[in-house]
Amino acid sequence: MTLTQAEKTAVATIWAKVATQIEAIGAESLERLFSSYPQTKTYFPHFDLSQGSVQLRGHGSKVLNAIGEAVKNIDDIRGALAKLSELHAYILRVDPVNFKLLSHCILCTVAARYPSDFTPEVHAAWDKFLSSVSSVLTEKYR
Amino acid sequence: MVHWSAEEKQLITSVWGKVNVEECGAEALARLLIVYPWTQRFFASFGNLSSPTAIMGNPRVRAHGKKVLSSFGEAVKNLDNIKNTYARLSELHCDKLHVDPENFRLLGDILIIVLASHFARDFTPACQFAWQKLVNVVAHALARKYH
Repeated sequence: MTLTQAEKTAVATIWAKVATQIEAIGAESLERLFSSYPQTKTYFPHFDLSQGSVQLRGHGSKVLNAIGEAVKNIDDIRGALAKLSELHAYILRVDPVNFKLLSHCILCTVAARYPSDFTPEVHAAWDKFLSSVSSVLTEKYR
Repeated sequence: MVHWSAEEKQLITSVWGKVNVEECGAEALARLLIVYPWTQRFFASFGNLSSPTAIMGNPRVRAHGKKVLSSFGEAVKNLDNIKNTYARLSELHCDKLHVDPENFRLLGDILIIVLASHFARDFTPACQFAWQKLVNVVAHALARKYH
């Protein structure tokens, strides 16, 4: 799945806004994930998942910063996320279905915070981009 | 039978009360066709679907979106009997329309995103939870009569 130039631009434009609120958007995305899909909490038995917790905010930032790396290296997401890909394959082993769930929650968060920017074209570009990121993170699973 | 807490029912009906069914329905269906272009396979007779602009402005897409979301309203009105509410539509989608039930899940998630963009901060995680549950139940009911 390759992104067109227009799609890459759409991804970068929204990212510029998201980057100003990485912690808040990361935390909200995870909050939506754990709330709508409680089974995802099974990967975080060691976390305090209450709203606004330090761990939630920290982990949300971590996840979004990694997405930021993918945006910055949009022509080589595989290279940019190689280490993370191995981490997910060999250590974390998060079931692949969960990447779709988190991607959906990130889209909801972005849509709720930037409704006028989240046009159908931008929505399509981001869905495709997050799908690409998810593919890279799961491609070494077996 | 699905159990709905009082809070879930309240979150669903209060959001639904503010939804412009025609606008939301049109937008949800259009986004489905734009974000997941393979879903256009069911709408070959709808005319111009060649670009996001064409899709958003296509009157048949808008009309059909309104029809689909209006039907959703039946689920909201009959939260305790969604299974039976959709029995006939389930048979229709299987026998006549030949729609893969995966598409119900895709449309449900798109609807959630449309609601998030319309209601912004009011579409809280708790709201999303109740609506994810609803779209799941509807998708399940629509797939139930498949054979």
